[in-house]
Amino acid sequence: MGSYIVKRLLSAIPVLLGITVIVFLIMAMIPGDPATAILGSYATPDNVEKLNRDLGLDKPLVQQYFIWLGNMLTGDFGTSFALNRPVIDEVLERFNGTLVLAGTAFVLCSIFGVIAGVVSAANQYGSGDKIITFAVLLGISIPSFFLGMMMILFFAVNLRWFPVSGMWPIYGARDLSALISHLTLPAIALAVVATGVIARLSRSAMLEVLRQDFIRTARAKGVHERGVIWRHALKAAMVSIIPVLGIQAGFVLSGAVYIEIVFQWPGVGRMLVDAILKRDILLVQGGVVFVAACYVLFNIAVDVAQSLLDPRIKT
Amino acid sequence: MTGFLKLLARNRLALAGAIVMALVILLALVTPILPLADPDVTDTANRFRLPFSEGALLGTDHLGRDMLSRLLWGTRLSLAVGFAAAIVAATIGAAIGIISGYYGGRVDNVIMRGVDMLMAFPYILLALAIVAALGPGLLNALIAVAAVNVPFFARNIRGITVGLAHKEFVDAARLAGLTNARIILTEILPNVIPVIVIAMSTTIGWMILETAGLSFLGLGSQPPQADLGSMLGEARSALITNPHTSVVPGVMILIIVMSINLLGDGVRDALDPRLKSGALSRPMAATRVDRRAPVPEAIGAGLLEVQNLQTEFHVRGRNYRAVGGVSLHVKPGECLGIIGESGSGKSVTALSVMGLVASPPGVIAGGAVRYDGKDLIGAPYRRLREMRGRNVAYIFQDPLATLHPLYRVGDQLIEAIRAHRPIGKQEDRTKAIELLKAVRIPNPEKRVSDYPHEMSGGMRQRVGIAMALANDPDIIIADEPTTALDVTVQAQILSLLDDLRRSRGLAIVFITHDFGVVAQLCDRVAVMYAGRIVEEGPTRGMLETPLHPYTARLMACVPELGGGKRRLEAIPGLPPVVDRLPEGCAFADRCTKAREDCRVGEIHLEREGARAVRCIHPETPLREAAE
Repeated sequence: MGSYIVKRLLSAIPVLLGITVIVFLIMAMIPGDPATAILGSYATPDNVEKLNRDLGLDKPLVQQYFIWLGNMLTGDFGTSFALNRPVIDEVLERFNGTLVLAGTAFVLCSIFGVIAGVVSAANQYGSGDKIITFAVLLGISIPSFFLGMMMILFFAVNLRWFPVSGMWPIYGARDLSALISHLTLPAIALAVVATGVIARLSRSAMLEVLRQDFIRTARAKGVHERGVIWRHALKAAMVSIIPVLGIQAGFVLSGAVYIEIVFQWPGVGRMLVDAILKRDILLVQGGVVFVAACYVLFNIAVDVAQSLLDPRIKT
Repeated sequence: MTGFLKLLARNRLALAGAIVMALVILLALVTPILPLADPDVTDTANRFRLPFSEGALLGTDHLGRDMLSRLLWGTRLSLAVGFAAAIVAATIGAAIGIISGYYGGRVDNVIMRGVDMLMAFPYILLALAIVAALGPGLLNALIAVAAVNVPFFARNIRGITVGLAHKEFVDAARLAGLTNARIILTEILPNVIPVIVIAMSTTIGWMILETAGLSFLGLGSQPPQADLGSMLGEARSALITNPHTSVVPGVMILIIVMSINLLGDGVRDALDPRLKSGALSRPMAATRVDRRAPVPEAIGAGLLEVQNLQTEFHVRGRNYRAVGGVSLHVKPGECLGIIGESGSGKSVTALSVMGLVASPPGVIAGGAVRYDGKDLIGAPYRRLREMRGRNVAYIFQDPLATLHPLYRVGDQLIEAIRAHRPIGKQEDRTKAIELLKAVRIPNPEKRVSDYPHEMSGGMRQRVGIAMALANDPDIIIADEPTTALDVTVQAQILSLLDDLRRSRGLAIVFITHDFGVVAQLCDRVAVMYAGRIVEEGPTRGMLETPLHPYTARLMACVPELGGGKRRLEAIPGLPPVVDRLPEGCAFADRCTKAREDCRVGEIHLEREGARAVRCIHPETPLREAAE
């Protein structure tokens, strides 16, 4: 198992390098002079030249890439000019918020998506199946940002069950109950689409598995139908559900950008949108590379989970 | 194509989606000629007017602009951008995919690595990076959304192209001296276009949503121009005071995306042939019972008694009568063989006993199965479950498919016990090892923690047998347990079953298509053909004097070791399809002895002593054979 993890980590290195190349190339597409973009159009030519030198922008592109990569490997992602603070500090602080939000949503959509899929498959063509199928269709069709706004309107403004926005109360203790009450609405809004997708795939994975011979064996043994569905069928179906969970994690992370804006949640997505509007290129660059790298590592964890579940995978 | 459209139209939800989508597109097309207010003229005196107010059907927004007009113009823009993004993504993605798949080798390798890298990003990060580089704006948002979706198309189309690149017609074009560009355009492209169109139809809703999302974030369309996303984004600040300005564009996005999803699902279902046959139906916990005739009375002929059993498969309006009135019985400690070709109904008969016939489509339509005199067919699920494995246990054919691939064999054995009685943590392992020992698995202490895929076929079948023995059942139904095994292993398994039967007093129902196996193991044999028993009797008697021509032909299929120069004969033709059985004898069409009267009326199973046959011109007269 240990060697499998090491192998997967090593295989991630080219992917991580590829990510830095892609981000670097996209940023190199920026028209005009980045120093001018940073300093504004009123900057003196001297200042522009000095900044270009400081940023290493007077060097050839390939050299620039390796300097940038080298700096990142030592933890230096540059300095955000808009915030006047090291990019890595800002990203780490904001990523915390995203992790809480997206992590909670991911757990919610995994649990409820799989349960809904299993229940739906177990009652195929029954009323439970029809209700879930319709709810799933609605869930995957509603834009998460619109859903978030409607939830604010209904649960926060009308019913006053939850705060309207933010991660912490402005006054008062920053304890777990405060976090949960702030987290509930955005986490649910973020989880809905992924729950729908996971429910759909779990349903068809379950239907596929329930026709297999080993299910008949379990029934012939006298295993209770509950055990047939939740132990035998679900475990086998998880082999095809887990990769979907890995993909959905990326969608949850993506959706977090909208939810962070709607709920004014202090996360990396809102940071990126602000940085784009302020043309804070280094912050965008650093944030994108950091989050993408985390996602790659997360997917390795998914692969490892898969190999733990399925003994047939050569580790 | 017309068949596809018909299927699509039959799916009511997909049709509804198509109609709604068509209406929305129509509205978007005619928007310029509708008598609408100018969407961009502000009128701050009349801001935030509610829907259905004078002169503004959907109210006005925070600058007093007419919501209806803005909604329709916004829908037009959103649809246009979404479609454009889909077309751009599909075109570039398909081009990359075709080149990659057509040239293969290093080109393919480099391109697909790049595609993998792009897919390693959560999609929005890539879109944000592109917008960051190009600057906010609707066109740039379109480029970003298209770029993010290129890998999806590239990968799909490459897969199709790889398959095409080595087809004969492409080779022929190459030999004819056509250039690669020509081949791609005239041979490959026409074949991948349908795939491109389908992939587009399923992703277009997604693209509309993504561009709306970027606009919502303020990175897409810039004021005063508005698509649905930016309308929603602008309305957000007035969400609490004037929710209608948010609800109107939000609901529109929902309607568009939902109708596209419905349509996309319909397209997918119409293309997936498995859904058409209903093959994706899940089998229920027990076979459905729908007995139309009165339940036969018990006669007390043995431990297990099958009386006039009828099991049918209802598939697409057709009724396949897999078992058409079978009666059998097994006494304690007896071994009954059921023999017949594939499709003769022998397995279905066996599975019907404990309600294990897959249902849907299976239905038990008549008869009774009595265990110890009590009918099981009408029994509630709970009683059936309690008896499965405890009173009647099964051994199935292919032990790799019938054991759960992700549980250790020991755990699967223990579960068989635990389904019927609680068993302690210490005791269970000992018991599992004991069971493995009973079926002569060497080194059971180690084997107990193996996964099925780590064992050989013979070992797996031993595990299957051990599992059947776990609760000391009275009857074991073995459904071709040796068919998937090679001959030496087969002999070992048979002798194992025979020993177990003698030492434990088990009754065995042994299903096979091989008379050699029957001769080795069974006391009595029932021969099945087209869902009915055609001959029944003691094994030795039947081997010596087969009565039914079918039995005789079936025996002739078994090679005899050192048994002279008898010709090994196959039976020509195929068994009849059981949804439309011919009148008279079902075997008549394949029988060399068939006469006129074989094809008329119902031919009954005639019984004389221990022998029975369903034939009016048997090989030997029934009475003679019975003596």
